[in-house]
Amino acid sequence: MLLPLLALALKATSLSWAAYWTIISSPRALSSYRVTLTGALIATVWNAIYGLLMAWVLVRYAFSGRRLLDALMDLPMALPTAVAGIALTTLFAPKGWFGHLLSPLGIKVAYTQLGIGIAMAFTSAPFVVRTVQPVLEEIEPEIEEAARTLGAGSLTILWRILWPAIFPAFLAGCALSFARSLGEFGAVIFIAGNLPLKTEITALLTLIRLEEFDYPAATAIASVLLIAAFLMLALTNAVQLYSLRHGEHSR
Amino acid sequence: MRPDMPGRPARVGDGPVARRVLIGLACLLTLAFLVAPIALIFTQALAAGPEGYLRAITDGDTLHAIVLTLTTAAIVVLINMLFGLAAAWALSRFRGPALLLVVIELPYSISPIVGGVMYLLLYGNQGLFGPWLAAHDIRLMFTPAAIILVTLFITSPFVARELLPLMQAQGIDEEEAALSLGAGFWRTMTDVTLPNVKWALLYGAILCTARSIGEFGGVSVVSGNVRGQTNTLPLQIELLYNDYNATGAFAAATTLTLLALATIGAKMLLERRRTA
Repeated sequence: MLLPLLALALKATSLSWAAYWTIISSPRALSSYRVTLTGALIATVWNAIYGLLMAWVLVRYAFSGRRLLDALMDLPMALPTAVAGIALTTLFAPKGWFGHLLSPLGIKVAYTQLGIGIAMAFTSAPFVVRTVQPVLEEIEPEIEEAARTLGAGSLTILWRILWPAIFPAFLAGCALSFARSLGEFGAVIFIAGNLPLKTEITALLTLIRLEEFDYPAATAIASVLLIAAFLMLALTNAVQLYSLRHGEHSR
Repeated sequence: MRPDMPGRPARVGDGPVARRVLIGLACLLTLAFLVAPIALIFTQALAAGPEGYLRAITDGDTLHAIVLTLTTAAIVVLINMLFGLAAAWALSRFRGPALLLVVIELPYSISPIVGGVMYLLLYGNQGLFGPWLAAHDIRLMFTPAAIILVTLFITSPFVARELLPLMQAQGIDEEEAALSLGAGFWRTMTDVTLPNVKWALLYGAILCTARSIGEFGGVSVVSGNVRGQTNTLPLQIELLYNDYNATGAFAAATTLTLLALATIGAKMLLERRRTA
């Protein structure tokens, strides 16, 4: 497990600092970071909203088909990313089911930044739902009843009781969703169009450098992705720790 | 406004309007966001009629890719079950450094592409072990062995992270009891430890299977993409799609989609069992 990591670190440090810097700050690399980060941001914002809605509906209401809806939440995890990629691209192509509805409105999704965001959103969809759901389930009805007898309105209960309770979990879900989006590859490369400087993500640039047998450049760019993953891992761990502590305080 | 019912005050969002709007919105968004892609895969695959579908799915290279993918998954899942069991057992019985936990979770958070690059730098021609492997005439990169190795790396956390919390919660009392009653190590393992964690183990194995069947990024770095030789099913789908063979690509995709749906079904059944 550590050996592959070591190999990457060795290869990356065999480059001089100046050479390393030139590779990772080239315009093409910089643009790929921008495309990747923007895509991940779009995906996370969408999933924050969608995830909250789904968690709320699945926990608070009983209706026929709820179990099915609940099971569907795992679909993006189970479906191979390449399959998701070709399906989303065909859906949003100008003649696709969604594309032909959107193109008269002047909205282009396939082969644009928006498409990259949507592909990332699909593959990281379960995170917010699955982190918020258990927390929302644990909130006792008595707390809300007590607040209501004390004269609190729905908005006050929502804002002062429910939101603070789920916020740490919500934050953790968003962080996971963002992290997954940064590393996403399979679903994105089909819908992205992959134009250098425009819609090329960092993971793809790594692969392109490999196919050119430019191993130093591939290694340098891969190391940037790796460092980003480490940072996100540290961040999610910090958020989860915070949410644990917060949970203990409110109990 | 809903009139107050005696005894039970309404919870937030229990009003009939809020309820209907929110459930409707949730169903609509899920339909467009998650169900439409699945429906599209099947309509596209069957667009050329049932014969066209059959022809596409029985194409030699596609069949080979299916076999390679399934064999890879079988080997990977088996090894990961053993590894996950050993790792979770060791981590819950002995106090290891916290770093070990992070290392086990690492493949979960790094991009599969980066995972592939790591293995290339380790075992490739110019890699750390490259010269040694070449001297012994072992070629690893761009062979099915490389595909298995990378898939193993990427899916390694799945079993361990399902087992670890459970094994930690169960503690060692039962194992100690068995040992003190004279059961040997293996007897304790098969009669006490394993039955206690079987559902979690199965659950981890299911997640691991789904992930290894669909693995794309890491495998595409190390496979070499030789049709009919080292092309896994997701890679074969990419090739067909880029050849503008939509029917072929979507037909191959239906097999993976059915496997994904089966995974979800199995997960649902297991969850019902675990809570029952």
